[in-house]
Amino acid sequence: MKSLLQYMNDYKKESVLGPLFKLLEASFELLVPLVMSAIIDTGIAGKDTGYILRMSGVLVALGFVGLACSITAQYFAARAAVGFATKLRHALFGHIQSLSYTEMDTLGASTLITRMTSDINQVQNGLNLTLRLLLRSPFVVFGAMVMAFTIDVKAALVFAVVIPVLCLVVFGIMLISMPLYKKVQKGLDRVLGTTRENLTGVRVIRAFTREADEKDRFDKENQALTHMQMTVGRISALMNPVTYVIINIGLLAVLRRGSIAVNAGDLTQGQVVALVNYMSQILTELIKMANLIITITKALACAGRIESVMKEESSLKESVQSALTEPEQKEIKETPGAGVCFDHVCLTYKSAGAESLTDVSFRAAPGETIGVIGGTGSGKSTLVNLIPRFYDATGGRVTVAGKDVREYSLKELRRMVGVVPQKAQLFLGTIRSNLLWGDEDATDEELWQALTVAQAREFVEKKEGRLEGAVAQGGRNFSGGQRQRLTIARALVRKPRVLILDDSASALDFATDAALRKAIREMPDAPTVFIVSQRASSIRHADQIIVLDDGHVAGIGCHEELLENCPVYREIYESQFEKAEEKGGEPA
Amino acid sequence: MKTDVRQSGQTLIKVLRYLRRYWFFLILSLIFAGVTVVLTLYVPVLTGQAVDLIVEAGQVDFEGVFAIGKRIAVLVAVTALAQWVMNVCNNKITYDVIRDIREEAFGRLQILPLKYMDSRNSGEIVSRVIADVDQFADGLLMGFTQLFTGVLTILGTLGFMFSINVWIALVVVLITPVSLVVASFIANRTYSMFHLQSETRGEQTALIDEMIGGQKVVQAFGYEDKAMERFDEINGRLEKYSLRAIFFSSITNPSTRFVNSLVYTGVGLTGALAAVSGRLTVGQLSCFLSYANQYTKPFNEISGVVTELQNALACASRIFELIEEEPQAEDDPDAVVLADVKGTVELSHVDFRYRPDVPLIQDLNLCVRPGKRVAIVGPTGCGKTTIINLLMRFYDVDDGKICVDGVPVRHAVRDSLRRSYGMVLQDTWLKAGTIRENIAYGRPEASMEEVTEAAKRAYAHSFIVRLPKGYDTVIAEDGGNISQGQKQLLCIARVMLCLPPMLILDEATSSIDTRTELKIQRAFAKMMEGRTSFIVAHRLSTIREADVILVMKDGKIIEQGRHEELLQKNGFYAKLYNSQFAV
Repeated sequence: MKSLLQYMNDYKKESVLGPLFKLLEASFELLVPLVMSAIIDTGIAGKDTGYILRMSGVLVALGFVGLACSITAQYFAARAAVGFATKLRHALFGHIQSLSYTEMDTLGASTLITRMTSDINQVQNGLNLTLRLLLRSPFVVFGAMVMAFTIDVKAALVFAVVIPVLCLVVFGIMLISMPLYKKVQKGLDRVLGTTRENLTGVRVIRAFTREADEKDRFDKENQALTHMQMTVGRISALMNPVTYVIINIGLLAVLRRGSIAVNAGDLTQGQVVALVNYMSQILTELIKMANLIITITKALACAGRIESVMKEESSLKESVQSALTEPEQKEIKETPGAGVCFDHVCLTYKSAGAESLTDVSFRAAPGETIGVIGGTGSGKSTLVNLIPRFYDATGGRVTVAGKDVREYSLKELRRMVGVVPQKAQLFLGTIRSNLLWGDEDATDEELWQALTVAQAREFVEKKEGRLEGAVAQGGRNFSGGQRQRLTIARALVRKPRVLILDDSASALDFATDAALRKAIREMPDAPTVFIVSQRASSIRHADQIIVLDDGHVAGIGCHEELLENCPVYREIYESQFEKAEEKGGEPA
Repeated sequence: MKTDVRQSGQTLIKVLRYLRRYWFFLILSLIFAGVTVVLTLYVPVLTGQAVDLIVEAGQVDFEGVFAIGKRIAVLVAVTALAQWVMNVCNNKITYDVIRDIREEAFGRLQILPLKYMDSRNSGEIVSRVIADVDQFADGLLMGFTQLFTGVLTILGTLGFMFSINVWIALVVVLITPVSLVVASFIANRTYSMFHLQSETRGEQTALIDEMIGGQKVVQAFGYEDKAMERFDEINGRLEKYSLRAIFFSSITNPSTRFVNSLVYTGVGLTGALAAVSGRLTVGQLSCFLSYANQYTKPFNEISGVVTELQNALACASRIFELIEEEPQAEDDPDAVVLADVKGTVELSHVDFRYRPDVPLIQDLNLCVRPGKRVAIVGPTGCGKTTIINLLMRFYDVDDGKICVDGVPVRHAVRDSLRRSYGMVLQDTWLKAGTIRENIAYGRPEASMEEVTEAAKRAYAHSFIVRLPKGYDTVIAEDGGNISQGQKQLLCIARVMLCLPPMLILDEATSSIDTRTELKIQRAFAKMMEGRTSFIVAHRLSTIREADVILVMKDGKIIEQGRHEELLQKNGFYAKLYNSQFAV
């Protein structure tokens, strides 16, 4: 929580004034029973109607001043809480954006989204309530006791006993039930898990006709959940009755002491009424406080989670200044393809035991097409992810256009590289707004060129609004193949020096896939292209094919060479193409 | 608005139907709630009487005070007990009712047609069974404990007040509406602010969702600054709206408290004046004051409870939507149990469409003799899985019929039909549990030897024994601890154990390493020996060895025949087959 407090800095004034006004209001509230006791003792006993009217005026005035203070307090509290949350949200969003792939992999997007949304809201809520109530409730409780002391010390001793006992009961019940509530939550998660599993596996369950067994299992888990809920419910059901009993025991004690004191002439009747009133004020405030503590505990837990994200630091150290001289920059701008060179590159993912890439070396000349093939987990994506520096190599060196990638600024480097990731992801907006991600200043003509090469022109032309055609979140309104082609176009709009297609034609049929590769090759200013694929047919015409096997290079060369001397490549090829038949195929 | 009211009325009736089973606890709860309220309200009266006995020095009736004290003690004890019993009853009713509702919802999921699941996001269904039911429970519990006691408290307080002094009670009744007017005035104002706030919040969440969900793309294209800019713009608006919403809503509390203090003052003033003229004792005044203190509280609570209840009813109606969804047609009473199936499958004049306006399969005819292999090929998304859906009767045909061994499947017992097929889908679903449980999913009573034997024949045994706990290794919910290929092998082993007379196989297109892939191929081949098989095929070898190839395009079967025949025909299949040579 501490490190988050810096976002409160601009709201120091509000966070002092808020509670302060709240305390003022509470003080006025504490005066009310005293005024009432004066009305009884002076007004009624002396039959002084004027006095009664004056004191009633005082009560209304107290109410008004209290209202004014309270509204002021609420305003400051709301401002501080909302302002804090806004600043925190801004900071967290910026921070998350600065995290590299390594952190994103370990944290996971869904966690981060929860941190950004519901966690921050909880913190805002908690802070708001804290500013309003955290001081107020104890103040009223102890204020009531102090007031009692000013009236009569012996009667006040009853308060001194009742308050700790009440605290003990209220917080004791909370302490016992809170871990139980966590258990209930776990039980609920189990029920949720079963439901979800059942929905995803509905075909298998019905194929094996296990519906009845699944229902039995669900019912059992559900029953267990109900049982736990009841247990907790029974404990928290004690809260109200027990506090009620304690408060009334206190009340009886006050009456007893009151009757003795009044009889002895130490107290007046009105003062006894005031003492009774204070007693009932205490109970309401204690219950409020218990609820507040629950909210604060939740908010603190959320704050802790936010803080842990804030503590994550990007593992990519960016070179602050570009290492490129101006002529070099100019040269890069003017050469269409950039050479890429891996020099004994190794990569171990964070918290992974073994290397994912081991001693990879190759040299891709500008404008060449490089195919990367291998089984799942052989390191294909890892290899291409090193080029735009999504990860840093843990050994060796990656160079683009002759410079170590670490010498570029990230912006500069990524400006040169067009990436089409495995998962075709589009963003809410229009086709145009999505393509402009590649280059904000691209002209319509350039956009259409990119679409043409990506084999997307035809369906975009048919789409209502063409370039202005709507794209739903995640691109849901396009088929898998269309999405892939649009993401390819987006990368082409960049006019990249290096183009990376990371298994990004998997949803295309063979003919489109082939046409796409052909169009890219025939582009003017053709970039250096990396094609990662499972399909031997997608990469067999590449200038060089890198065959990966469990992170090691099993062979580099052209199709014919590899077929000859690389057993891994041969195995992959033959599993997809018939051994005997050279012209074998694999209809999609 | 009117229909809303009617709808929530209907939902309420349905909720009451669930409550009926617990009528005993319901009545118990109501009785004890009544007891609690009446006694709680009676205690201040007694306190007031006690105060009246404590007049001034030398004029204290100790005996009277003591007697009243004893009565208070007894009443308090009874009240506390009644309150506890009421709470426990409410807990029981609420949790039992939601258990019943969940059970019924889940039971319904087991018999709903697949169409229901396929046309909905599973997250949405889960949220109905979990989140909606949970919220409903909260509302129900709160409604019980607070609505009823709240109303009773108000009525009881009024009753007691009128019985003590009509004029002062009238003062209270007259000031009360002010509180309600103020509260509803503020609530109306805040509603639009809250609406704006939640709208903006939704907008922001959507942006966060996209930008963080797609962070890799954001970074690859250097979109961070632009994203931040967009974020800040929304964030600024959100700050403005949130501040207003929170501030205005937080005025409610002080305002009603202010009205409360007006009530208090009103009671104090009229009470004191009445006391001066001797129409009221000080004790009665003290009793009035304590009523005035707690009188407006139930009003505030009730308005909160009403919103909560509305929310709960909305949730309940979503759950009932699921529970009342039309289940799949039941088996005919005279339906045939398929046993010892030979494996003749005949489709005649089959028509099928998912959506009434989009025809899919039209007049499909196919006859497969026992032991034959049918390969289904076509581009991605052409509806190959539709055939699986129809064969397994996950969906029923619209027209025409499918017969197994001459029995129309519509007239066969559904379970017996499904047990006649062994199905391996591309989507490798495993349940959370041990490997052994998963393999024995189709035959839970199978012995360890049988399970091991099935695993061996599916080429899964060798990797299973290498796992830390062998067959007792627990597979996590998402199956994260074993690879995709291994999952596929387990799915095959699962079918191997039952090995029904007919098979439905869906070859994986996804990335599986070559060695595992070979094992899967071999396991498939072993399974298919002598069994009628339908294969959604991606491998050339599978296709070439098939007895019939169904070529599908846009949901229609456009060509049918053996590999060579189809090549000779030089149609779509030939084009598909040759397409890779376009380069």
